[in-house]
Amino acid sequence: MTTLDQATAKTGAGSRAGKRPVWMERPNPLVQFLKFIALLVSAALVILPFWSVLATSLADKQTLDAAAGGMVMWPGRGLSLSAYQAILSGGVVTRALVISIGITVIGTLLSLAATAGLAYWLSRSRSFAARPVLMLVLGAVLFSPGLIPSYLLVKQLNLLDNWWSLILPVLVNAFNVIVMRAFFQELPAELFESAAIDGASSLTILTRIVLPLSKAVLAVIGLFYAVGYWNAFFNALIYIQTADKWPMALVLRTYVVNQTTIGGEQIGSTEGLPPQLSMEMAILVIAILPILIVYPFIQKHFAKGVMIGAVKG
Amino acid sequence: MGQSSLTRPAGEAITAVPPPESAIIGRRRVGRLQRLSRDKLLVGIGLPGAIALVLFQYVPLLGNVIAFQDYQPYLGITEAPFIGLQNFSFLWTGEASFVNALVNTLILTIIQTVLVFPVPLFLALLLNSLAGERLKRLLQSILYMPHFLSWVIVVALFQQMLGNAGMLNTFLVQHGLPQFHIIGVPDLFKALITTQAIWKDAGWGTIIFLAAISQIDQEQYEAAAVDGAGAWRRLWHITLPSLKGLFILLLILRLGNSLNVGFEQIILQQGPVGLEASEVLDTWVFNNGIIGGNWGMSAAVGLVKMVVGIGLVVGANKLAHVFGERGVYEK
Repeated sequence: MTTLDQATAKTGAGSRAGKRPVWMERPNPLVQFLKFIALLVSAALVILPFWSVLATSLADKQTLDAAAGGMVMWPGRGLSLSAYQAILSGGVVTRALVISIGITVIGTLLSLAATAGLAYWLSRSRSFAARPVLMLVLGAVLFSPGLIPSYLLVKQLNLLDNWWSLILPVLVNAFNVIVMRAFFQELPAELFESAAIDGASSLTILTRIVLPLSKAVLAVIGLFYAVGYWNAFFNALIYIQTADKWPMALVLRTYVVNQTTIGGEQIGSTEGLPPQLSMEMAILVIAILPILIVYPFIQKHFAKGVMIGAVKG
Repeated sequence: MGQSSLTRPAGEAITAVPPPESAIIGRRRVGRLQRLSRDKLLVGIGLPGAIALVLFQYVPLLGNVIAFQDYQPYLGITEAPFIGLQNFSFLWTGEASFVNALVNTLILTIIQTVLVFPVPLFLALLLNSLAGERLKRLLQSILYMPHFLSWVIVVALFQQMLGNAGMLNTFLVQHGLPQFHIIGVPDLFKALITTQAIWKDAGWGTIIFLAAISQIDQEQYEAAAVDGAGAWRRLWHITLPSLKGLFILLLILRLGNSLNVGFEQIILQQGPVGLEASEVLDTWVFNNGIIGGNWGMSAAVGLVKMVVGIGLVVGANKLAHVFGERGVYEK
């Protein structure tokens, strides 16, 4: 499906055993083995931390005590969901989770709409003012305005300590506009012409023809935006002051990175708190999980999206 | 407008009702206002995005004026008195905390350009030479993943693995070995930052190299093999030269970003390490401006940083042209 796969498929992908092109020498088994080990180690370095975090979040108190309070690789006999129950039963983490989901959903939808609209305008090269606006977009790729001026603007707009400060400043990413514009330009012009002749307006063409044909690029760019909103830490750190309005990233920093004790008043219940470490790891798992869930669906489109950005950008 | 469909370039604006004049006087002479009225729906669709972009990318540039002011939040930009270049005095007085931040930034830039930057290329070459398409794709999926995690998560994961109560040290203690302190040790801070950067983004960086490798003409390899070139010589004489342009392009982009060395990553880990080892320009601006209230001077540092960044991109691009490469943009 992706450019990458097509290219490898077309050229015969000599690497698969038995399909090696005639001119390529037989691979040295020792070298192959070493390569395999090197890649296996890299993959393990990525997977092991996740595994360990998940295992620790599910471990019960006895298992953790046996591990001297440290991380474990196996959750032990009794899988315990008490850490998840504790942090999801109301309180700081639950609230942050709801806030982060809200910001991510609303932000991603608005970003996609604004980006697609702008890209559509700029993709019709003869349209009004397309040239100067494109220059503005390109300029925005090359530099960012800086921390202090951005902060002053958000302050001037009265957005401090407001959730919109996490959405509006990052609503449109210039690079994403360029990628999407390039994608729209690749669509066959005849489609638009025939639709226009049939009396379709620009809006109808966008919603009925352009967007349905651009699912791949919308998926990739939607993922980039969603991940950006979900992960937003920097803006939350400088713009959100009240702890009640924290998104997940700030909760993560406070309770997992800085290891502030999670007490009864932070989460709904006061009785029988699960071990701190389990709760911390459960927060971490909850922060990672949404990304792991959407990742496989979007992953197949990566190469395509990135290639367009690289070639056209 | 019917006749123009043959000459019209792809991607041109199409409207439901073509202005009647266009058929008579030709499209080129259609006035600006007429084009606006023709495209008003199209412009309307794109305008919200354009406004957001201008408002949050360009309007803040005006705020840099406070770099030349004695700015106080209660006065506001319009009221604050102008004080000339006083805020830029860090440039010639050698303000100690600024110099420290600058030195740390430059060291990290050099380390990251030399160590972090080429890793994706090696990884991509390794992946590409691997037997088994299925395995390759699985490994790619795994290696891309960390790119999508936020720095908060990455820092938390590293703490849990390498921290004093983390996986590694628990293991060492359980086996009667001495602890190995990594997190919170100033001397190891830059190594830690670099390792984290590699862990997070090296896999993702391979995507663009793999795409470029797949575009190389396979007949070149065949011809070289027929002429007796081994795998290493094919790598050296075909693969690497084919990737040179891309490598230089990425290097230029990296240079433009070279003064940005991971704000989020560092601010999260600054506490236990201390400012001397960990302060970089971005965190300096944050700590002195937004936290410390030294607005004018922080804005001045930010402004200098931005100008240097743009200068580096333009300079590197010139250099690329001198060496006959395309660079980011052509002149």
